[in-house]
Amino acid sequence: MTVPDVLHRARDTARELAWLFKGVMGENAYQTYLDHHERSHAGGDPMTEREFWRDRTDRQDANPEGRCC
Amino acid sequence: MSNKQSGSHRHADVLVTDPDLPPVAVDPQQAEAEDRRWTPAKIALWVGIALLGGVSWTILAIVRGETVNAIWFVFAAVCTYLIAYRFYSKFIERNLLKPDDRRATPAEYKADGKDYAATDRRVLFGHHFAAIAGAGPLVGPVLAAQMGYLPGTLWIIIGVIFAGAVQDYLVMFFSMRRGGRSLGQMAREELGVIGGTAALVATLTIMIIIVAILALVVVNALGESPWGVFSVSMTIPIALFMGVYLRYLRPGKVTEVSLIGFVLLLLAIIGGGWISETAWGVELFTLDRITIAWGIIIYGFIAAVLPVWLLLAPRDYLSTFMKIGTIVMLAVAIVITRPEISVPAVTEYATTGAGPVVAGTLFPFLFVTIACGALSGFHALIASGTTPKMIEKERQTRFIGYGGMLMESFVAIMALVAALSIDRGIYFAMNSSAAATGGTIEGAVAFVNGLGLTGVNLTQEALSTMATNVGEESIVSRTGGAPTLAVGIAQIMQGVFGGAGMMAFWYHFAIMFEALFILTAVDAGTRVARFMLQDSIGNFVPRFRDTSWRTGAWICTAIMVAGWGAILIMGVTDPLGGINTLFPLFGIANQLLAAIALAVCMAICAKRGLFKFLWIPALPLAFAAVVTITASFLKIFSPTPAIGYWAQHTAFRNALDAGEESFGTAKTVAAMEAVVRNTFIQGTLSIVFVVLSIIVIATAILATIKAYRQGGGPGAEDAPTASRIFAPAGLVATPAEKDLEAQWSALEPGKRPARSGH
Repeated sequence: MTVPDVLHRARDTARELAWLFKGVMGENAYQTYLDHHERSHAGGDPMTEREFWRDRTDRQDANPEGRCC
Repeated sequence: MSNKQSGSHRHADVLVTDPDLPPVAVDPQQAEAEDRRWTPAKIALWVGIALLGGVSWTILAIVRGETVNAIWFVFAAVCTYLIAYRFYSKFIERNLLKPDDRRATPAEYKADGKDYAATDRRVLFGHHFAAIAGAGPLVGPVLAAQMGYLPGTLWIIIGVIFAGAVQDYLVMFFSMRRGGRSLGQMAREELGVIGGTAALVATLTIMIIIVAILALVVVNALGESPWGVFSVSMTIPIALFMGVYLRYLRPGKVTEVSLIGFVLLLLAIIGGGWISETAWGVELFTLDRITIAWGIIIYGFIAAVLPVWLLLAPRDYLSTFMKIGTIVMLAVAIVITRPEISVPAVTEYATTGAGPVVAGTLFPFLFVTIACGALSGFHALIASGTTPKMIEKERQTRFIGYGGMLMESFVAIMALVAALSIDRGIYFAMNSSAAATGGTIEGAVAFVNGLGLTGVNLTQEALSTMATNVGEESIVSRTGGAPTLAVGIAQIMQGVFGGAGMMAFWYHFAIMFEALFILTAVDAGTRVARFMLQDSIGNFVPRFRDTSWRTGAWICTAIMVAGWGAILIMGVTDPLGGINTLFPLFGIANQLLAAIALAVCMAICAKRGLFKFLWIPALPLAFAAVVTITASFLKIFSPTPAIGYWAQHTAFRNALDAGEESFGTAKTVAAMEAVVRNTFIQGTLSIVFVVLSIIVIATAILATIKAYRQGGGPGAEDAPTASRIFAPAGLVATPAEKDLEAQWSALEPGKRPARSGH
């Protein structure tokens, strides 16, 4: 393997890890929502990013998630 | 439903998938063939894993030198997990659960892009792990270390394989097949009104006791520690700041705000060090345990009624961030430093039951002291809730459910190693209650050396040096496990970063890390319990069902907080020491919840007509039932006051009646009255738990027998829907899965149906 190949690989791995980490933290929730909205061809405009996150925490208010001991 | 099929990839023939799309599941025959093809390389790999595991176990269990290296714990655990995952969880998949990837999961057929959203399996694994792993696996193993390293290690590893991971996997799978229904709802459906109600009441009381004891661990870690109090209380303004940042400044920038929060957290730890060296700082932040307990109670109430975005959500981000970071860091550090462990394999406390940390013999008390990490009923609440609504494909439940729990078990092994790596004398000085040591260095040295342990010779100097190194006034009687683990982590971490000069930082880092988990669990637990209570009261007063009704929410929150707050205050003021009397209740409660979950799973399996493999849930259920019931009976009926709550109760009551003014470790009449009161509450709780567990298990056995007589029973699964997406099942895609992935990615974007993640 040549040096550029190795660098390329390393960059891909780093990207993959960053994607995984953001996913675990829940950062891509809005993108997931947008994708779903687009695919489901639901009428109307999707929520804006700000609206989405507000809606998300407001829903958590009504549906608490457990955290384990 | 046909029950005649076998093999994990066989399909019910009613589902017709879209012929215009590539296959949504790997061809069963091809997958079977791949599974069963044993190439020389594959054989060599598994023989290698088995050999390494075998050698490690031999070194731990049979070859007993003066010391044993921590690396053998890591190898023994990892090799055994790999074998169990590859063979036992596959066996369960193939014979008991029979997932069908042609069936859509709730994330697909109920997709709303919010709660129900198909999530990449690796991301969801992280999510699920972050939700199940908390302070539990960090505390139990530390307390059980008094019995030696072998019993704890064996139970954590064997327990997770046959009990804990099985429970998580089964509950997750059955909940997924039911649209993500909760354990309580499943219990009601499968066990009827009596079993279901008992399960609900048990869950509520269990949550109260678990939150109380977790809070007690924090109080014990922060008592008389200005550094700890400062840095942990700074997490509140940090979380508030993060909440406002996410709400108003940059919505959705979760990683960014977590990084900022993490830096602020580090500053809070460093700042705590400075403050603990100033006279005003010490005066302001040295709080006694009762004050801290009240602080946590007030905090718990406020946090549970404030909107989620302000405190709970940002704290959760911070906690997830710390959890993943610290666990990875600790694993790396243990592998690098490979500490030598000089604790005997099994100590006399396993048989005499006279251990000063937690009283009781190995059976049953080891199995309730270490709950999380081996078998944790609390997980059933997580595995039947958020996670099943996000699973992309049915076969992924093995990786996420079974695999996720193996990961938590590994955290417990690391906690055990960290606790074992500290000097035994210091271990006992830290974990014996103040009632035994008097809370002084002299008292601790006299008590520990008086235990008559071979090879233990504690000096006052060793204790004061360790206290100075970790930046605390004293480390005597820092019960609850968290401070011991923090000393262990500090010792391991300083070997990699910073040396002895950094020990105080690492100690407080570890305390912060545990306090953060626990406070998140306290908030979330109070909130979840409040909703459960509102729902239950709603059966009688319908208005309580309306969760947006502020008064109702406040009343129910106050009831829950009063419940755990009372037990917390009782633990803090207990003249007998608190954690050592209360911790068995925590374990019993947790295992009882596990027994409930496994009982529900057994009833479901019976209704599916799978009697030949019913032992898969029945075996851990029987074990959990025997353990919880025996432990409860000992707690209720044992004539030894250190073990039996009622024996203790009677002894103190008789002493009071006889007009004595001090008895045992209670030096005043008021203290004696407190013991009488506390043991009454603890004894009553033991009775409540054991009665509820017997009801639930009995109804599950009845449901199972009924299903056996009828050769099965009506299932409560959602109707199958054909799936329109594909994703691999395990961490790494198999060749057949890669082939399908390529076919799917070759589809035109317009034709490609739902899939999220990338």
